[in-house]
Amino acid sequence: MRGEEKGTAKGLQVHDTGEDIIILEDVHKWFGDFEALRGINMRVKRQEVVVIIGPSGSGKSTLVRCINRLEQHDQGRIIVDGIELSHDIRNIEAIRREVGMVFQQFNLFPHMTVLDNITLAPRLVRRWPRAKAEQVAMELLERVGIADQAHKYPGQLSGGQQQRVAIARALAMQPKIMLFDEPTSALDPEMIKEVLDVMIELARSGMTMIVVTHEMGFAREVADRVVFMDAGKIVEEAPPEELFAHPKDPRTKEFLAHIL
Amino acid sequence: MTPKSIAMQTRRQLLRDFLTWLKENLFSPWYNALITIVSAAVIYVALKGILHWVFYGAKWGVVTTNLRLFAVGPYPTDQLWRVWLALGLALVLGGLSWGAWGGRSLVALILVIPFLVVFWLAPITPAAKRNWTVVLFLFVLSSAVAEFVRPLRKPLQKILPFAWLVAFFVTLVLLHGFKGSQRLPLVETGLWGGLLLTILLAVVAIVLSFPIGVLLALGRRSSLPIVKLFSIFYIELIRGVPLVTVLFMAQIMLPLFLPPNLRIDKVLRAMAGMTLFAAAYLAENVRGGLQAIPKGQYEAAQALGLNYYQTMRYIILPQALRAVIPAIVGQFISLFKDTSLVAIVGLLDLLSIALSVIAQPQWIGLQREVFAFIGVIYWIFCYAMSYASRRLEVKLGVGVR
Repeated sequence: MRGEEKGTAKGLQVHDTGEDIIILEDVHKWFGDFEALRGINMRVKRQEVVVIIGPSGSGKSTLVRCINRLEQHDQGRIIVDGIELSHDIRNIEAIRREVGMVFQQFNLFPHMTVLDNITLAPRLVRRWPRAKAEQVAMELLERVGIADQAHKYPGQLSGGQQQRVAIARALAMQPKIMLFDEPTSALDPEMIKEVLDVMIELARSGMTMIVVTHEMGFAREVADRVVFMDAGKIVEEAPPEELFAHPKDPRTKEFLAHIL
Repeated sequence: MTPKSIAMQTRRQLLRDFLTWLKENLFSPWYNALITIVSAAVIYVALKGILHWVFYGAKWGVVTTNLRLFAVGPYPTDQLWRVWLALGLALVLGGLSWGAWGGRSLVALILVIPFLVVFWLAPITPAAKRNWTVVLFLFVLSSAVAEFVRPLRKPLQKILPFAWLVAFFVTLVLLHGFKGSQRLPLVETGLWGGLLLTILLAVVAIVLSFPIGVLLALGRRSSLPIVKLFSIFYIELIRGVPLVTVLFMAQIMLPLFLPPNLRIDKVLRAMAGMTLFAAAYLAENVRGGLQAIPKGQYEAAQALGLNYYQTMRYIILPQALRAVIPAIVGQFISLFKDTSLVAIVGLLDLLSIALSVIAQPQWIGLQREVFAFIGVIYWIFCYAMSYASRRLEVKLGVGVR
């Protein structure tokens, strides 16, 4: 373990983990008898964009969901931004504040306007005054290209627009890390591009991102590293051009042959 | 074409539309025509009998003479101003709410007129006539204020729920008074009766059972085993017992468990019984709403860093409660009618006043008039609740598609 315990800001134990913002060491996760993650070791540097690919059921989503504790890992260590995920609810909440997440099914709050969806968490969790939260929200909506929809309800928007709102909602908390769990899988083909464009712009702006996706074009364009998972393990990882052109493991070859 | 001939034409068009509607819906094919004629005959016979009884056969003297008894039971006559004040308060708030949530004050006026006519024709005291006129006028006036003073609407919509809650406690204090006070002498709850008691029982049970029911519903889904077990035990225990049993328990068993010098009065015990009973059923309704919320909503809230309370308060409960408004209002309506069961444990609610009136020798044989009268009163209140719930659903349905 490289990180030394540094201090106890706000009662939290903070590790100095150098340039690595996410560290997973030998992470295991069971669902009943099924072992979804079988000893994952992974490090993600600040501003790095990591794309995770793999067949369905390989544990990609579970891995991402463990990082902000939507799933609880059963063994091993996860350290995010210097804070280790433990049963301590303060640690979990501290990490969730710094980690934004975008879901396959958008999960917008249907009873609130787009603007309220985005400003809710900053106002409640960050305690921003309404004016500041709304100003930031409008800037973000501008950035994802749907400022004119601010006062509509999610049900009145297209899938692509909803997912862009979801991205803006996560960004409003000004997270250090963004997790994407198959963000384009529930979208009609003609809407995929508008969401990917937003994600590409975000990656280029220097955001640390972990993206579970089947969009290889996206991986080629902005990923620093592509991780191939199968059966709960990381099989192979490499920069995209290398992994796509010269996969080493036969399972990677087979998967890429299917998908490319 | 002149405007007049256009008007003629539209009138002729309307008549033609009406005839087509009649033909399509009531008289074709031939067996529908037959059914229409037969049902019209049946309705005529039934209505004729009822209307004839209402206007010629019935002796309404039993109702009008005892109107005060039906309204407030044995509440002391010299303290009645307190009831009028409470009624005025409720009607002002009612009028403001009506106007603030888009009701038209003209409709309020039209609603009020039949009541005014009835009260002016009824042989009640001039003071009662004047008071009814004033409070009903206040209702219309406050609805007009809320309707036409536009800038008031938004703040009113925010303030009114709290105002209702405050008014609820103010009313209880006002009606009860204080021991030894000159201005507000104590009126024991044993003297509360009639429609007043019925409404108070229902409102107290509704207002208090709501938060308890929501907490029980959350408790039943909690991950803390003790909280969960207690909630399940409580809900299943109460749901397994008839309301009458709970009321008897509250009246007869409770005093046995309490120290002899601590005597909780009868009405309060009935209120507690009804509240605890309603809470268990409400909890199950709310739980149904909670189960309809997709897991993704919890996850999205958690991923944003919201804690349990914030997730429930801002994300889950608003959606869950909205989904079960019809069920909850239905429960409140049956709760209102269930208040009549307190007659069994000796409280003087509307039904037991009715029973005691028809037991008096001078009113013998007039059950039909009395029961028809209290039936209409129950109906008015239940229908008002049902109507309010539909308005609420429409209002809250915005944006959910």
